[in-house]
Amino acid sequence: MYRYDEFDHDLVRERVAEFSDQVARRLSGELTEDQFKPLRLMNGVYLQLHAYMLRIAVPYGTLSSRQMRTLAHLARTYDRDYGHFTTRQNLQFHWTKLEEAPKMLAELADVEMHCIQTSGNCIRNVTADHFAGASADEIADPRPYAEILRQWSSLHPEFSLLPRKFKLAVIGAPKDRAAIQTHDIGLEVKRNDSGKLGFAVWVGGGQGRTPMIAKKVRDFLPESDLIAYMEAILRIYNLFGRRDNKFKARIKILVHEMGEEEVKAAIEKEFAAIDKTNMVLPRDAVERIERYFAPPPFDTRFNGAPAFDRARETDSEFASFVERNVHPHKMPGYAIATVSLKPIGGTPGDMTSAQMDAVAGIAEQYSFDEVRVSHEQNLVLPHVKLEDLPAVYARLRATGLATANFGLITDIICCPGLDYCSLANARSIPIAQRLSERFADPVRQSDIGELKIKISGCINACGHHHVGHIGILGVDRKGEEFYQITLGGSGDETCSIGEIVGKGFSSDGVIDAVETIVDTYLKLRESPRENFLSAYRRVGEEPFQEALYAHAA
Amino acid sequence: MSAKSKDSDLPLIATANDLRTGAVVYRSADGAWQRDIARAEIAEGKSAADDLLRRAEADLAVGVADLALIPIIREGAFLRPAALREIIRSTGPTIELPAWQPRA
Repeated sequence: MYRYDEFDHDLVRERVAEFSDQVARRLSGELTEDQFKPLRLMNGVYLQLHAYMLRIAVPYGTLSSRQMRTLAHLARTYDRDYGHFTTRQNLQFHWTKLEEAPKMLAELADVEMHCIQTSGNCIRNVTADHFAGASADEIADPRPYAEILRQWSSLHPEFSLLPRKFKLAVIGAPKDRAAIQTHDIGLEVKRNDSGKLGFAVWVGGGQGRTPMIAKKVRDFLPESDLIAYMEAILRIYNLFGRRDNKFKARIKILVHEMGEEEVKAAIEKEFAAIDKTNMVLPRDAVERIERYFAPPPFDTRFNGAPAFDRARETDSEFASFVERNVHPHKMPGYAIATVSLKPIGGTPGDMTSAQMDAVAGIAEQYSFDEVRVSHEQNLVLPHVKLEDLPAVYARLRATGLATANFGLITDIICCPGLDYCSLANARSIPIAQRLSERFADPVRQSDIGELKIKISGCINACGHHHVGHIGILGVDRKGEEFYQITLGGSGDETCSIGEIVGKGFSSDGVIDAVETIVDTYLKLRESPRENFLSAYRRVGEEPFQEALYAHAA
Repeated sequence: MSAKSKDSDLPLIATANDLRTGAVVYRSADGAWQRDIARAEIAEGKSAADDLLRRAEADLAVGVADLALIPIIREGAFLRPAALREIIRSTGPTIELPAWQPRA
């Protein structure tokens, strides 16, 4: 993991001191709310429906056990004993007191964490593949590049007041587990024909009220040009991005309005004009950062995993957990284990302090001290010995974290919605909970197979509904909650935006509607191996519309 | 300040968040900002609403943030906000939260 150097420590501690002073001045009345609001937002402090909310950055979703324990401590000491992991790989506390926020930031700084750039029109927390450094299909670990981008973008004076927020995501494998094509900039680490490392670069993706898939502007950008090219993109956006209308201010609108070719040409022209003297990313600088992410000291003497094999044969629930939540590791004898934060009927992404402590302990003992946060609101233990999986499973189970539903219909992404969020128009968590309960039967879930439901409580789309195989958007219709369904979205390397299937449904009706959609899929699929998304792409929306609305015609 | 409903004929009360804690508070007739919606001062008609707003805005300097006048509905002896959003602000999330005890 990356460790702060002296400069990082000073920067974060100075920021805590500065914010402490700003809070004191606000509480004394010296600062008005209008003066204070942008200052608190720069430190991740929002005002939501019931209280302040503190959004903590988890850079590229990587946490140490020590950091996880601090999050548990903050939940216990300053909040209501739980936290909420988000689709940006961050953690939010929903019951923060403003007068205690500086103390929370100081405690975060002690474990090399902060809330800087988790709000505002700046470059936000850089996200990455949650299987980074572990997955068998990886070309290179994306986290060193994400860390380099974090350092480059932190308090970058030219890009601190952009037209709108700006989100970057990086992957290091052909399989896109970070939804890079729905980001302002998406980067895929790859090798060219001569084996050199570089990036495919996508620009102009995003969700929100105008969902768009990013355009590939470079098929291969040499590693050494990474920072200069990012500067070029950001400069074009900063210069030409609209500031007259916040709903049209994201770079996706610029790409759409200028046109893909013109934007590409503008970026390339700016890139050519940049003085590269101090902008080249030298290999030795990358290597210096890569050393922080060096593989842990794996046991290379793999000679079978008898305890694992035995448990799989004798414990059907463990076998289900392995089948659903365990993924191949690049190192023989190891596995990647997903810790589902989607218990049946629970709140997606929520975790109590006791559970955080438990996962910290498990990671410390069995996963080289590392935990990952996925944008799908789960946690990941990236490096678990196969032979240790039964013990890991037992400990997860003891704390209610062994739900074997990764990628299944109950593994629902869901924003906080109107239960917490001041922007929301409708509740999303109760819909997720009722769907989870409706499809709770593990045999039924397994029969349905891979199916991603994503729910947002407003058009800002924090719940990624546009890229849900089944997307649900809550809207306010004359004071009542209504839910619009989209079908066929996907956030992976085959990225697509879901299509609205028809008229919306009431909060009761939407649960039945999803069941109708699922039943329709089960009837029309060619075989159990054809998952929902594949079937939808084959047949289109018509059979689903027919099933949902024919009786109303 | 923003009016949060189109139900312009309904009586209004002033709500905000406590500056220190963020807790939802309502302005009572004695000028106190407190948690109990039943004790909120009710403004009937435009001039009473304007007067309530003027007095509430004077509190923004130190005590509260995110002030709004919201429409309410009387149900017998009880008051409830007209909008779902404000009902949730008043009563808390509609979902079960992990067990938790306030600090002493």
